[in-house]
Amino acid sequence: MASAVVVENLTKLYRKYSQKRRFQTMKSALIRGDLFRQLRPEEVFLALEKVSFAVDKGETFGIIGSNGAGKSTLLKIIAGTLRSTYGKVVVDGRISALIELGAGFHPEISGRENIYINGIMLGLSKREIQRRYDDIVQFAELEEFIESPIKTYSTGMYLRLGFAIAINVDPDILLIDEIIAVGDEAFARKCLDKIKEFQWKKKTILIVSHSLGMINTLCNRAVWLKQGKIEQMGDPRRVVDAYLSHVAEKEERKLSRLHSQTLEKFALAEEAKLSEEAPPPATEYEKKRWGSREIEIREVKLLDKEGQERHIFTSGEPMEVRMTIYARNKIKDFVFGVGIFNSAGISCYGTNTHLEKLVPREISGEATVSFNIKRLDLIQGTYFLDVAAHQIDGTPYDYHRQLYTFRVQSLIPDVGVFRPQHKWSFSPNISFKKKQNKNKV
Amino acid sequence: MWRSLKSLLQYRGLIQALVSRELKARYRGSVLGFFWSFVNPLLLLLVYTFVFTVIFRPARIEGLTPYALFLFCGLLPWTWFSSSLLESSAVLSNNANLIQKVLFPADVLPCVNVFSNFIHFLLGLPILFAFLIYYRRPLNIYLLFFPAVILIQIIFTLGFAMFISSLSVHFRDIRDLLANLLTFWFFATPIIYPNTMIPERFRWVLDLNPMTHIMMGYQDTLFRGQLPHWKKLSVTFLVALALFYVGYFLFDRLRDSFAEEV
Repeated sequence: MASAVVVENLTKLYRKYSQKRRFQTMKSALIRGDLFRQLRPEEVFLALEKVSFAVDKGETFGIIGSNGAGKSTLLKIIAGTLRSTYGKVVVDGRISALIELGAGFHPEISGRENIYINGIMLGLSKREIQRRYDDIVQFAELEEFIESPIKTYSTGMYLRLGFAIAINVDPDILLIDEIIAVGDEAFARKCLDKIKEFQWKKKTILIVSHSLGMINTLCNRAVWLKQGKIEQMGDPRRVVDAYLSHVAEKEERKLSRLHSQTLEKFALAEEAKLSEEAPPPATEYEKKRWGSREIEIREVKLLDKEGQERHIFTSGEPMEVRMTIYARNKIKDFVFGVGIFNSAGISCYGTNTHLEKLVPREISGEATVSFNIKRLDLIQGTYFLDVAAHQIDGTPYDYHRQLYTFRVQSLIPDVGVFRPQHKWSFSPNISFKKKQNKNKV
Repeated sequence: MWRSLKSLLQYRGLIQALVSRELKARYRGSVLGFFWSFVNPLLLLLVYTFVFTVIFRPARIEGLTPYALFLFCGLLPWTWFSSSLLESSAVLSNNANLIQKVLFPADVLPCVNVFSNFIHFLLGLPILFAFLIYYRRPLNIYLLFFPAVILIQIIFTLGFAMFISSLSVHFRDIRDLLANLLTFWFFATPIIYPNTMIPERFRWVLDLNPMTHIMMGYQDTLFRGQLPHWKKLSVTFLVALALFYVGYFLFDRLRDSFAEEV
C-alpha cells in the first residue's frame, strides 16, 4: 500500500535558551541556512532522535509516550509548523492539523469572517469555504453566535469552531493532538464519531493521546516514543501494554522510594523517642502514627502473589499486607486491623480481627501478621493503607494512619469505589461490534 | 528563494483576506469607523498647515502655494511608508501564534502591513484630489506617472518591511531604533520643504535618498503638474528592486528561525 506519511531519520534539536549566544542562531541561519551547526552539544536539547516510520494510506496511527517524549514536536513537524533539524518528512495529500485549535482566529471580527480567513489559511478557496460554511457552523453548534466577534466566545465555543473548521476542510491526512479535551461530553462524542467517519472513508489519521484506551480501540498501529526515540512500534495492544508496564515500573520505583522513606522516618522518630525523655513535638508524622507501642508494628510490606514487594497492582490481582510485629511483654488483649482508603479519603474497606470474631489469647516477642486479599477488586487509582494494633476497647498500641500508598491500575476506566466481579450477558437480538484490531490482526 | 517568492504570489487570496480583516478589526467598535481613514490624514494636514503657515511662516518660495497642498502630496505617501515599517517591526512577534502553531507563510505578514496601509493611503487620495481640483492645479497627462511612482514605493516599502520584520525577530532593539530613524529620514526627505531649498552643492546628498525621488515624483505629477525626473525615478525603481531582493533574501534565510525565536 502507498504511504501517506513517511518520516525518515527525523532529528529535532532545540536551542536551549541562553542570552549569551543568542545571535549565533541568526548568524548561522544567515550564512549557511542551518540553525544548529555552530552550537555546542550542551547548548541544544534533543527532542527527537532519528525517528523513522511510514504510515500507510487509510491507516490510523497512534503516538504515545510520557510528557516531553517528543510526541507533539513530531506531529508539528509532520504538519509543517516546525522544521526538522535533520532528516525528512514526505507527506502525500492535504493535511489538516487539530493541534492548536483556533490559533489563527482574530478576536475582533465575527465567527463567520474568521471561518473564511481560517479556511483560506488552511488552503481552501473562497468558493470551497462557501460550500462548507453551513456544515462548519452546524458542527460547531454556533448558529446563534456566528455573527458576534470571537472575543465574546467561551473557551468551549472557540475550540469547537476551530475543530469544526479543521475537520471540515476535507483533508487526506488528519493530525490529532489530544482532541477529546474539546468541549463537553456530547461534543467529544461527536468528534469521535467524526474520526470514525474518517476511518471509514479510508483517510489517514495520526493521533497523539494519553488516553490509551482510545489508542487501543482506534488505531491500527502505534508507536511509543521515549525521550525522542522510538521505543516500540506495531500492534497498539502490544505497544500500549509495553508502555503501561514501563510506566508501572517507574511508578513502582517512585512508590517504593516513598515507602522506604516512610520507614526511615519511622525509625528515626523511634530513636528520637528512646534517646530523649521529653516527647518530641507533634510533627506531621506524629499525626500519622500514635499509640503506646506495647505492641509495635515495625514493618509493613505489600506483596504480590509471588511474595515480591510491590506498590502497583492490577485490579483483580491478589495482594498481601504483611506486618512485622513486636510485643514487649506478654499481652492478652489485642486486635489487628487494616483499612483501605482511596485518594478522596473515602474508606473503601476496613476490618479487624475483633470484628471477625477472633478472640485473642496471647502474643509475645516478634511475630508476623498477614492480611491476604484474594482479589483486589478496586478501581484504578491511588490508595492509602491504615494498619493498627489496639486493645479490644480501642486503646491503641500502634496506629499507622495512611502511611502506606499503593496504586491500582486497570485498562477499564470504570467508576465507583470497588469493582464487583461481573459479566455482561445479552439476549441474542443484541449484538456488539467487534473491536477493530481483532479483525485486522 | 524564487520558489518562496512564487508561493508568496499564490497567497494573494490570503493577503487580501488578512488585509480586509485588518481594516475591519481596526475600526470595529469605533463610532466613525471607516471614516477615520479620511479624517486621520485631514487632521494631520491641519496640524502641519497650522504650524507651517501660522507659526513658522516660511519665506515665500516660488511655486509653493498653497503650501498645505504641497505638504499633503508628500505627507500622505510618507505616512503610508513610515507606518508600514513601524508595524512590520513588530508584526512577526505579534503574530507568534500564527507562526508557531499554524502552517502559515510568514512572508505574508509584512505584505499585509504594507497593503493595509496602502489602502489607507488610497482612501486619503480623494481628499487630496478634491484639494487639487479646488485649487485648480493642472491635472494633466503627467498624472499617468502617478501609478508608476506608487508601484516604486510599494516595491521599496515591501523590501524594507521584509528586511525590518525578519531582523527585528532577533534584535528587538530595532523597533526603537527605527522610530528614531524614521523621524530623521522624514526631515532628510523633501516633504515639508522643496528640494530647491537645499543649496546646490549639498543636493547630491539628498539625491542619495531613494525616498527623495519617490516624494518628488508625487510632487511633480500632482502638485506641479510636470514630467517627473524619469531618469532618477528609473534608478530609484532599480534600487527598490534591489532592496526587495535583499530584504526578501534575508527574510527567506531567517524564516526557519522565526518559529523558535518569536
